Amino acid sequence: MFVLVEMTDTVRIPPWQFERKLNESIAEELNKKLANKVVYNVGLCICLYDITKLEDSYIFPGDGASHTKVHFRYVVFHPFLDEILVGEIKSCSQDGVHVSIGFFDDIVIPPESLQQPAKFDEAEQVWVWEYETEEGAHDLYMDIGEEIRFRVVDETFVDTSPTGPSSAEASTSNATEEVQKKEAPYTLVGSISEPVLTGTGEETAKDWS
Amino acid sequence: MAARSTRVLMSCSRKDANAALLSNFEVFQLLTDLKQQRKESGKSKQSSGQQNLNTIMYETMKYISKTPCRYQSPETVREFLIAMKGHKLTKAEKLQLLNHRPVTAVEIQLMVEESEERLTEEQIESLLQTVASILPGDPEEQQRDSAMETEGRSSQ
Repeated sequence: MFVLVEMTDTVRIPPWQFERKLNESIAEELNKKLANKVVYNVGLCICLYDITKLEDSYIFPGDGASHTKVHFRYVVFHPFLDEILVGEIKSCSQDGVHVSIGFFDDIVIPPESLQQPAKFDEAEQVWVWEYETEEGAHDLYMDIGEEIRFRVVDETFVDTSPTGPSSAEASTSNATEEVQKKEAPYTLVGSISEPVLTGTGEETAKDWS
Repeated sequence: MAARSTRVLMSCSRKDANAALLSNFEVFQLLTDLKQQRKESGKSKQSSGQQNLNTIMYETMKYISKTPCRYQSPETVREFLIAMKGHKLTKAEKLQLLNHRPVTAVEIQLMVEESEERLTEEQIESLLQTVASILPGDPEEQQRDSAMETEGRSSQ
């Protein structure tokens, strides 16, 4: 689920923090900059793991602060393809089941990847798995708050950097702007179309073994 | 969450996007130590800039504390990896076994690719045995299981 990513960056320490230990100031700045943020094509940054190298600090004319190039390693949430994760169902909609892991919410299981046959119950706004046994069909409701085990099948990174003034003029309608604002920078697509991939596996495992 | 964005990070260059895989246990340890450190250093650092770090640390700890890694220790992880050497599993598969602590054969089949071809039934059984014996599970559950076992034995 988590990976260590080696990164390099230049950290600016303002003069009023010079009395603090450099390592502490740098650690704090890096966490301030990266924690709980998504880095494009890398993942969701959690916290600093360690600082591997500090280069010389420079003070540039006109700015009293010191600038230090830092090589460090950061703990990043980036599940690998086909990894099994356990999450909680946050909501269901026509585009699928939305799952959350607490610290990361943009996980969606599209209707095609649900255990077939599945149908969307409009009245209760939940997806239902019509589970067939010899006795007949059982309906397994995917209720909100239920734990769900799923496999990561795809990930999407979207660059949500603010667009320049020229492209802002081009997208004149409010609707497109709104859509752009709501796009999550990092989304995962999950699948549960395999045995034992619904619930925490206790009941279904007994059924399938 | 709307707060998360990528815009700050064009200046940051990434050297190695996959330097190492971390187990849930390692992240759990790291966050616990970090929380301890920040508590000791006092409340002077609780500026608004630290809010993101607080949020992500709290949520991640909340999630990881519900997984089997909370019963693990560096020694159990080391023991587990040594025991896994004979089974010829990839790094990713061993990591999943460590993070999830499967108890049924179906779970193993989920986590190990092409398990029907690579592992015989006995191998899967021995894998389950290793996982159950080396990786500590929920102590309450284990007490319940052992109580049921003794009941079973006495009734025979």
